[in-house]
Amino acid sequence: MLGISLLGTFKLGVRSLLQHKLRAALTMLGVLFGVSSVVAMLAIGEGASFEAQEQIRQLGSTNIILRSVKPSDDRRSSNQSQRVTNYGLTDDDLDRILETLPSVKRVVPIRDLRQEVRVQHRMINPRILATLPSYLEVTGRILSSGRFLCEQDHMEATNVCVLSGEAAQVLFPFDDPLAGIVKIGSEYFRVVGTLVPRTTTIAPTGTSDLVGEVFLPLRTARRWFGQITTKIRPGSRESELVELHEILAQVGTLDSVEPTAEATREVLKRFHPKSDYEVIVPLELLIRARETQRIFNIVLGAIAGISLLVGGIGIMNVMLATVTERTKEIGVRRALGAKKRHIIGQFLVETVVLSASGGILGVLLGILIPTLVEEWTDLKTIVAPTFPMLALGISVLVGVVFGLYPAWKAAELNPVEALRHE
Amino acid sequence: MKLNSDTDAVIEFQDLRREFRMGSEVVRALDGVTFTIRRGEYWAVMGTSGSGKSTLLNVLGCLDRPTSGLYRLAGHDVSDLDDDELSELRSRALGFIFQSFHLIPQLTVLENIEVPLLYRGDDFPGGHDRAIALAERVGLGHRLKHRPSELSGGQQQRVAIARALMNDPAVLLADEATGNLDSATAKEILALFDSLNSEGKTIVLVTHDREVGRRAEKILHLKDGRVVEIENVRAAAAG
Repeated sequence: MLGISLLGTFKLGVRSLLQHKLRAALTMLGVLFGVSSVVAMLAIGEGASFEAQEQIRQLGSTNIILRSVKPSDDRRSSNQSQRVTNYGLTDDDLDRILETLPSVKRVVPIRDLRQEVRVQHRMINPRILATLPSYLEVTGRILSSGRFLCEQDHMEATNVCVLSGEAAQVLFPFDDPLAGIVKIGSEYFRVVGTLVPRTTTIAPTGTSDLVGEVFLPLRTARRWFGQITTKIRPGSRESELVELHEILAQVGTLDSVEPTAEATREVLKRFHPKSDYEVIVPLELLIRARETQRIFNIVLGAIAGISLLVGGIGIMNVMLATVTERTKEIGVRRALGAKKRHIIGQFLVETVVLSASGGILGVLLGILIPTLVEEWTDLKTIVAPTFPMLALGISVLVGVVFGLYPAWKAAELNPVEALRHE
Repeated sequence: MKLNSDTDAVIEFQDLRREFRMGSEVVRALDGVTFTIRRGEYWAVMGTSGSGKSTLLNVLGCLDRPTSGLYRLAGHDVSDLDDDELSELRSRALGFIFQSFHLIPQLTVLENIEVPLLYRGDDFPGGHDRAIALAERVGLGHRLKHRPSELSGGQQQRVAIARALMNDPAVLLADEATGNLDSATAKEILALFDSLNSEGKTIVLVTHDREVGRRAEKILHLKDGRVVEIENVRAAAAG
């Protein structure tokens, strides 16, 4: 490199920097913060995007979720004496969607129930989903033991249920839940399978306090618990008649998700003038999540960029001062035979040592920050092995870019004047 | 083209001029200087300040270029060379010794002596051993790991001399080499020059001190940028 031993130049650079430890440390800080924010930004960004995609994947990117929503104008104007509110998706909607929309491959109806689930003295309030066997395949959820609901369960309305991992954990902390008996409301059900808990979900509002999930065959649920759900609150008693709380519609291809969602809205609009439902498209959520992510990345990227710029300017400033300070040394080296490129090499290596040291410390801090973020918040972070490399590359680049001018200035000094400099 | 048949010549100045522009005025620092220094000679350059001594030294040292005239150093016509070639020539043909030593403070004695190795442009396998040998030659074999700030002035100048000898240059250029030293130390340094000269090293010493100048074989007296006299000291002493 430049006709001089790189190692020698490097050692010399380190030695010169050690002459002014505090100055070198302060100068490094700029690059350190810049680089650490680059690494942290990338790690948080990567984590968020992984999480978003994971979430969408779990919801099923080719799924459209239709969900019953209590219409807001219905709260008071409904027949108060009857005290039963009737709204939401119906079995007819299910047939209509399947018949009118050829792009929809499958539909899965879901009814939510509010019942306590007990095993001896252990009791939980889970989200109880009454659904069909196809639920498992459409949502892509994974069995951890036993089997899911089957066609026969539904047809014969048998008393079987499947527990989610969380529910199984609470209800059967010591025993195998399979073939165990749980009491839902006043009926007894045999556990036939358990599911792997899912990490993320878009839960219907008002269900966040529920622990775990319990799955029943739809027909069984209707047989024992009817169509009316009753919520009892202090001082009031609210009964609702909702045929289906949710319909999952699975679409053949990703491209047809958007148009199908649009068509679904059209089809339902005619039969639901009160707009007592909502259409959730995970794919749209994914796109929105990515957009948010992109803006987030741009903001953080700008912060990191400015920080690196400031750090680079700091380095340049210090190196210019160093060149002035060491004018005599430059003159002596020139007299001893140093070519301009030797001088450039010397100061450039010194600058790069400075910025790369800042870069290395920055990478360490940049790895520490996401770890702490993960520790203290729900954000997921991923430090890919390329990030430290990238950040180090950037810090070296900063050193070269901002070191070039001071080094060039040093090399262009007139040897005679440099020697005379006091 | 061979301008001079004198094959022993190390330094040849022919009608050399160096002019500086000071505003509208042209200052002639060197105004037609001609002389020849042969291999193994010991010269002193003397003159009052403003006589052109420093300019002569800068041109001699290939740090500055003449405005006109010929300067041949170890067979190279210096006026034809670009900056890199001048650097190369300084590295190979010249050894500088300065009035205030100019050691590099962050380097040890040994590292300072080795600095010229960095700029040779080739490998010098025996370089490290040579540096140690030179340190011993100037009497600092026991101080290799010391920093310049831990040495006395005389010791620092010895390190500088060892450094100047590192690439075995054709000429040692000393600029007031004893100017910052007390007289006893100065004598030691001058004795070192004498012994180097007796080993065949060509030395050019710039000084304003008559006593120092008299150690040389020949004294070049400069005044107003012209050579006033080339005094042959040893011939005079012998005569």
